Amino acid sequence: MLLIPCPWCGERAEAEFTYAGEGGIARPKNPPELSDQEWADYVYYRHNPKGTHHELWLHLHGCGKYFRVVRDTVSNQIYGSAPMLEAPPAVPERKEV
Amino acid sequence: MQKYSAISLAYHAFRGHRHWQRAWRSPEPRQHYDVIVVGAGGHGLGTAYYLAKHHGLRKIAVLERGWLGGGNTGRNTTIIRSNYLQDESGGLYELARSLWETLSQEVNYNVMFSPRGVLNLCHDEHDLKGVQRRVLANQASGIEGEFLTPAQIKKEVPEMHVACPRLPVLGASLQRTAGTARHDAVAWGYARAADALGVDIIEQCTVNGFRIEGGKVRGVETTRGAIEADKVALVPAGHASVLANLAGFRLPIESRPLQALVSEPLKPCLNTVIMSGAIHGYVSQSDKGELVIGGGADAYNGYAQRGSPHVLAGSIGAVCHLFPQFRRLRMLRSWGGVVDIAPDASAILSPTPVENLFINCGWGTGGFKATPGSALAFAHLVANGSPHPKAEGFTLNRFASGLIIDEHSAAAVAH
Ligand SMILES: Cc1cc2nc3c(=O)[nH]c(=O)nc-3n(C[C@H](O)[C@H](O)[C@H](O)COP(=O)(O)OP(=O)(O)OC[C@H]3O[C@@H](n4cnc5c(N)ncnc54)[C@H](O)[C@@H]3O)c2cc1C
Ligand SMILES: [Zn+2]
Repeated sequence: MLLIPCPWCGERAEAEFTYAGEGGIARPKNPPELSDQEWADYVYYRHNPKGTHHELWLHLHGCGKYFRVVRDTVSNQIYGSAPMLEAPPAVPERKEV
Repeated sequence: MQKYSAISLAYHAFRGHRHWQRAWRSPEPRQHYDVIVVGAGGHGLGTAYYLAKHHGLRKIAVLERGWLGGGNTGRNTTIIRSNYLQDESGGLYELARSLWETLSQEVNYNVMFSPRGVLNLCHDEHDLKGVQRRVLANQASGIEGEFLTPAQIKKEVPEMHVACPRLPVLGASLQRTAGTARHDAVAWGYARAADALGVDIIEQCTVNGFRIEGGKVRGVETTRGAIEADKVALVPAGHASVLANLAGFRLPIESRPLQALVSEPLKPCLNTVIMSGAIHGYVSQSDKGELVIGGGADAYNGYAQRGSPHVLAGSIGAVCHLFPQFRRLRMLRSWGGVVDIAPDASAILSPTPVENLFINCGWGTGGFKATPGSALAFAHLVANGSPHPKAEGFTLNRFASGLIIDEHSAAAVAH
């Protein structure tokens, strides 16, 4: 069970949260001009790294807010979290094969 | 290849079992291959086998970072069925299921395919409608299956608490031609048969880069040096995105932990496979007598081959509602794998943006059942450059065209 630091409520058990996938994916500014492949990139394609991952969690059974988390997908170490509109904590990017 | 049979078993028994041949060689990598397959799980080894057997290729290597069969192939709960919802899936999974029936003879290795039937239960009105729809869709496309009422379920599985007050069983689909097989034997059987056709299986060899010239793949970089190849076929399951990243492109895949566990061995008490999507739990009994229990994938991306305990607790809770008599069992061990999940819960067998580089992934929580079909179809794609007729819908194109193959509901808990 992960111990997840909600920026509003503090550290809580994973069971209180819902995972909301990769973070930092911006909605395209020019939707009508996008090709089908560009839409697919936005909607379906993901980085899915083995190492440092920028992701979103929802504190469903708590404050009800989405927020950002930086976590290592191998060690599960959580480097920190931030509210949606603030920059996530800066950490060295680690990438494994 | 030394043939395995009752006679050879008796012969070697008299000689004290000291003279069996090694099942496969352990060769040094050559400088160049026609095809390099990355990943020695069932799908990768099978791909190499069919490339050699059906397409006449002889210079084939399978590169594996760990030991063969040590990935999801050796970690899965071995449920085999073909009753998915969409036509595309029906075609590919049923091809696979039919190949299971003769796989032991095909590779001269007992994969212990046991068509003991698989029941998918429903516990609410929506579930019921969904399962009925799937059974009718299967029947329309010639895939064996039937719908059972609670009374019929009670007759099939008397030991299950069908009238469970917390989770009443309202109906189920039953595929009698579905069942289980021995997971390790599938990897070992394909490995041995491929080796006999000249395929080099190279373990302890991690691919950590690609040689790409003018948009064409020329070979791979590995922990045992560079190896050239005309074609490279990736079958890395949970590591699909990592390899794609090394080759310079992304995939519509997320890797998640998926866990399972087994109990202490019991006398035979469950002669079929019980799955329940709504309550995230499934159970069957192995030939050794252990109850094999699994559930849903963990929520987050992870490469650690372990997940969170509350996910397992949820699966155990569900199984104990349906089988209160299992409550007193002790669990022997639990483990996790890294599963590659696509947005539509369907596999990807596809060319990639790099010429002569192909990928087979996205089998996620449910690809063991597909092993022979996936391997056969992927070998076709790699050899001919165009998809096998039963796998045409499974290329990466579907994410741009919108013709996705949505199997989230039929994939149930974990397929
Ligand atoms: C707990 C669990 C339960 C499951 N239950 C079922 C079930 O009941 N029924 C079902 O149908 N499916 C089930 N599955 C899914 C099934 O196990 C997989 O879909 C299937 O086994 C995938 O086979 P594969 O050969 O593609 O992958 P794997 O067996 O994982 O093989 C991929 C191989 O690639 C290797 N590799 C990765 N990266 C590299 C690299 N860079 N260089 C060299 N080698 C590399 C890995 O080491 C691995 O051995 C389950 C999975 C899990 C984890
Ligand atoms: Zn909160």
